[in-house]
Amino acid sequence: MGIAYLVKSFTLWEFLKAHTLTLKYFFKPKATINYPYEKNPLSPRFRGEHVLRRYPNGEERCIACKLCEAVCPAQAITIEAEPRDDGSRRTTRYDIDMTKCIFCGLCQEACPVDAVVESPNFEYSTETREELIYDKAKLLANGDRWERAVAANLAADAPYR
Amino acid sequence: MTGFFADTLGMGYNAGWFTATIVGILLIALPLMLSVAMIIYADRKIWAAMALRRGPNVVGPFGLLQSFADGLKVFLKETIIPSSANRGLFLIAPILTFTVALVAWAVIPFGPNMVLADINVGLLYILAASSLGVYGIIMAGWASNSKYPFYSALRAAAQMVSYEVSIGFILISVVLWAGTFNMGGIIDAQRGNIFGIVSAFGLNPLLFPMAVMFLISSMAETARAPFDLTEAESELVAGYQTEYSSMSFALFWLGEYGNVLLMCALNAVLFWGGWLPPVDWAPLYMVPGIIWLFAKILIFFFIFSWVKATVPRYRYDQLMRLGWKIFLPISLFWVFLVSGYLMLTRYS
Repeated sequence: MGIAYLVKSFTLWEFLKAHTLTLKYFFKPKATINYPYEKNPLSPRFRGEHVLRRYPNGEERCIACKLCEAVCPAQAITIEAEPRDDGSRRTTRYDIDMTKCIFCGLCQEACPVDAVVESPNFEYSTETREELIYDKAKLLANGDRWERAVAANLAADAPYR
Repeated sequence: MTGFFADTLGMGYNAGWFTATIVGILLIALPLMLSVAMIIYADRKIWAAMALRRGPNVVGPFGLLQSFADGLKVFLKETIIPSSANRGLFLIAPILTFTVALVAWAVIPFGPNMVLADINVGLLYILAASSLGVYGIIMAGWASNSKYPFYSALRAAAQMVSYEVSIGFILISVVLWAGTFNMGGIIDAQRGNIFGIVSAFGLNPLLFPMAVMFLISSMAETARAPFDLTEAESELVAGYQTEYSSMSFALFWLGEYGNVLLMCALNAVLFWGGWLPPVDWAPLYMVPGIIWLFAKILIFFFIFSWVKATVPRYRYDQLMRLGWKIFLPISLFWVFLVSGYLMLTRYS
């Protein structure tokens, strides 16, 4: 404990220095964005809420191969399928439990027809847990709603695959 | 004001005095609660700005109504009383904290003769009232019948008692210099205190260290940021408030910030001239005294928030060391120094 230490601690020197620093920060421009009104740019590979896509003629893409169900590490996907009237193989049930999903993107990687894709939408919070268990109708509706963004993202990412 | 009600409205002395006192209390308590709401908003804004965040900015213009939205939310919540809690004490504790935070404002002068209770021992009254504040916290911690609130209550009690000791000695040096315990008298003693120009005990070289120590002690006394061990969230969940919800929680909140405002006002009144303009110069008296007092309170509140945004939380042993091994000897020595100086100059 030298004299210098005593003088420093009794003049609150370190505190004064720290407070000048924070005062400088007080007048700096803010680092946070104004979230609900401003948003950060998202990568085309962003993995958000799932969608089930359709072909341009309105036919659903999913062929019920169940690869996504098999690959899903969280076992969040449940699929049941049987042949449709026209003989094509279609899902009768396609559920994703969003509370289980870990957003790894493996379902999207596994899909041979780009039917299940994770959209750039991340604002789908709900008030109840039940609302987060998505069924086929909900996923197809998501697909119709986010088709443009999803298609654009897939196109942007295509050269790197 | 008693004269107005008693004579002008013809109520007679007793009824006039009673009405005047009630009106005076309301004139202090209601704006105080409003300013507590605004000061919570200011606190969050200042803290956010220093962390390069934006702070509340959605409810109302610039987020000004955020505190009212929070208040409404808290008001609509259910009051949960733990089944093993001591119901009576559990409910009285927040009320006590809030009341005690309001009660001390009675002797704060807002301007020349603008004081609710112009009592001779105003400073002692404030010491007594602020010492009572710890009871609310102890009762809350004990009545919750839960370990973290209880730890927090023990910490709060030890912390407040330790810092009240040095605060007492600091106040004694002020009282010695002013020669009175009356708050208005203390402010009057500061008029032109330095070279007949500057009105502030705080700029007196003998009292300046006391002013700094009082500022730091008042942060410890109100359990504000660097000394907020009573609600150290990393250790004690939320401290003594852990089991509280709804309005009982809101009352703690109001009481806490009411205390912070009171301590800011005390800093302003005791060391920085209260409602006096900082320089004893006639044109500055054109501005009403209450504006000067509010400006000083706001500056001190800014300092409180500034410290909160800058200094990390003390460890408990560091807090105790600062209180007992540094502040207490220094303030004791300073009482000796100030009284010795006054003996040699003023009273010799």
